[in-house]
Amino acid sequence: MRKVAIYGKGGIGKSTTTQNTVAGLVELGRKVMVVGCDPKADSTRLLLGGLAQKSVLDTLREEGEDVELDDIRKAGYGGTWCVESGGPEPGVGCAGRGIITSINMLESLGAYEESEGLDYAFYDVLGDVVCGGFAMPIRDGKAEEIYIVVSGEMMAMYAANNISKGIMKFAQSGSVRLGGLICNSRAVDNEEEMISEFAKKLGTHMIYFVPRDNDVQRAEINRKTVLEWNPEVKQADAYRGLAKAIDENTKFVIPTPLEIEELEKLLMDYGLMN
Amino acid sequence: MATATKKKLVQWGPAEVKSALLEKYPPKVARKRAKQIMINEAQQNETPELTANVRTIPGIITMRGCTYAGCKGVIMGPTRDIVNLVHGPIGCSFYAWLTRRNQTDAGPDGENYMNYCFSTDMQEQDIIFGGEKKLAQAIQEAYDLFHPKSIAVFATCPVGLIGDDIHTVSKNMKEKFGDCNVYAFSCEGYKGVSQSAGHHIANNQVFRHLVGQNDEVKPGKYKINLLGEYNIGGDGFEIDRIFKKCGITCISTFSGNSTYDQFASSHTADLNAVMCHRSINYVADMMETKYGIPWVKVNFIGAKATAKSLRKIAGYFGEKALIDRVEAVIAEEMPEVEAALAEITPRTEGKTAMMFVGGSRAHHYKELFDELKMKTISAGYEFGHQDDYEGRQVLPNIQVDADSRNIEEIEVSADETRFKPRKSDKEMKALEKAGYRFKHYDGLAADMDKGTLIIDDLNQYEAEKLVELMKPDIFCAGVKEKYSIQKLGVPMKQLHSYDSGGPYAGFQGAVNFYKEIDRMVNSKVWGFMKAPWQKNPQLSASYNWE
Repeated sequence: MRKVAIYGKGGIGKSTTTQNTVAGLVELGRKVMVVGCDPKADSTRLLLGGLAQKSVLDTLREEGEDVELDDIRKAGYGGTWCVESGGPEPGVGCAGRGIITSINMLESLGAYEESEGLDYAFYDVLGDVVCGGFAMPIRDGKAEEIYIVVSGEMMAMYAANNISKGIMKFAQSGSVRLGGLICNSRAVDNEEEMISEFAKKLGTHMIYFVPRDNDVQRAEINRKTVLEWNPEVKQADAYRGLAKAIDENTKFVIPTPLEIEELEKLLMDYGLMN
Repeated sequence: MATATKKKLVQWGPAEVKSALLEKYPPKVARKRAKQIMINEAQQNETPELTANVRTIPGIITMRGCTYAGCKGVIMGPTRDIVNLVHGPIGCSFYAWLTRRNQTDAGPDGENYMNYCFSTDMQEQDIIFGGEKKLAQAIQEAYDLFHPKSIAVFATCPVGLIGDDIHTVSKNMKEKFGDCNVYAFSCEGYKGVSQSAGHHIANNQVFRHLVGQNDEVKPGKYKINLLGEYNIGGDGFEIDRIFKKCGITCISTFSGNSTYDQFASSHTADLNAVMCHRSINYVADMMETKYGIPWVKVNFIGAKATAKSLRKIAGYFGEKALIDRVEAVIAEEMPEVEAALAEITPRTEGKTAMMFVGGSRAHHYKELFDELKMKTISAGYEFGHQDDYEGRQVLPNIQVDADSRNIEEIEVSADETRFKPRKSDKEMKALEKAGYRFKHYDGLAADMDKGTLIIDDLNQYEAEKLVELMKPDIFCAGVKEKYSIQKLGVPMKQLHSYDSGGPYAGFQGAVNFYKEIDRMVNSKVWGFMKAPWQKNPQLSASYNWE
């Protein structure tokens, strides 16, 4: 089983990209579990066709210790398993601790056992690596390959660089590696070239360039992945391509994060090229 | 008897001891520690030489406690009719439960919660989802069960990390109940550099939420508050006995054997007598600014110090009836003290003591050792500030570092209706002219002999090294040091909890202390630390190939 975590700046499209890619992997015949690590519990909405999921932490709180695997995971599109870690209301408690607890709970309930026949476990993690709890999926080998969703916008690249620092830290003591950058296009000037160069400087590669297309939005309104909503559209092929690239990826590295000056220079070089 | 002293081969000078203490440290650590070890110049050292109230260096096994311990354990712990509810995992409450040997007299109302251990018992779920609801529930439960006048909530480390708003929860519960004052202390253990931060936090909240809540004027002619007396081993009871005999009314003790109402009406007293300067001077200052009550430093540890403090209080009120009464009480109490000293001092004279306790205690107990004609060769505090060592005159020169800035400082101004100077300017001037000093404390250094070692924030390594080099006849600190010191063959007296003894305050307490120290320093047991065969093997042999 491959354990994959998707990181990236808030609002960059991690959940959307993850779910569409997972749908692509399903088409390739893969068995996937998606673990949403966001207190908002919206990482599996497109696969489940709505937010009907009861989170691990809510279940744990209500049921006490007597929790069954089936209480916390739900079958979604194409036989995927969907889990939401959940967490506190905004402004209270500790969401990071919640993620640690729920991943441990999944493990102790045997969600990752070989008997489950999983090919992939995907972690969709909230925002930046803000504290120890949010780094949980990349610690202790919970996730072994990381993809960072990025765009050509400056703050997205800053965040990607920062996440690379986190990966580097944990890679030195564990098995986690960076699998590549997924460019989720914002139609910025020279975006593809810039992210390719950025990836190269990080020691990795841009695994796929996902073009900007309003069909993603249309599918989301229908609570569906693009592949489920309309398998014929061009964007569906983009996600198929991304899924295939991940499925065939063999390039796993310990990233070499950039100094801020270097990152700024990169932006200048490409942003002002025209 | 006193084998250790006799066996001393080399007489170590203070400078050699200091360098021996620092020898094993890496250079940077040694540099830092060197600033916290002062060879005393005795009296009037003009330039501040000792660094205090700074972070303990990581890796060093410090004698210090945490901010929560200072707030909940020290200041609020001894109050009997306030429910002290700890918001946190159970250990913080359980291990702070009755461990300081604060005694209490439940009084006619019988209201006493000190023998209960209150905790919200936070679980992982409460950490994740926040513990505010559970806290509100716990406050409600305590209220329903006991209907106390007041509930105090204490934050432990995780509460600060997850950001539970304990102050709003407390405020809401207070409004809901109407007849129960609920307030909270943000005294997370990780704040500050030692328990001292906890004292300050406690002082602020006591002043904000308790002092001045009850304007009812209590009967009594000479009304004082005793600040910084925690009734360990019954000290407070002995002091109360003496006050009563002298006709002095103690409106409130902060906080030995105290009650909610004592705090609430403490602003009606006419003098604040400050015993533990470190832990309580904040409240004394604030009460002076807001209500016009002057404060003086007193010390009821040591018979002579007790007499001196009583005279100081009497002198403040300046009435002959009180002055005469105090003199009569001293005259009545002293013969017993003197008889005990006459009997005991021949056995204690010339012996040596070391004390590393608290933020004022090491200074106070030096009085008792002086009375026993014992020499304090080294002393220091766990959490004292520079003014506790060198006197309040250094206050303007103390640099406030980031750690101290983190602790709230409340701005106080004179109360519009209740501010009343207890003495006119002229009267204060006259008292000062006659040698009476307000808001004054000279600190420990002034009382220590020239050439003695004053050490701030002593640690386990240095303690053992000191004992090894200077071989004191008795070592005084807290429970963490108790057994490591005794294993070195030196008797160890706990001056936080008094082991199982006390009271040691006042006149009768002094006699108790003389007897206890006589028993400890003259015990033959310390001569038997080595088994006979370790000293003189009965058999000796050699290998035949040698």
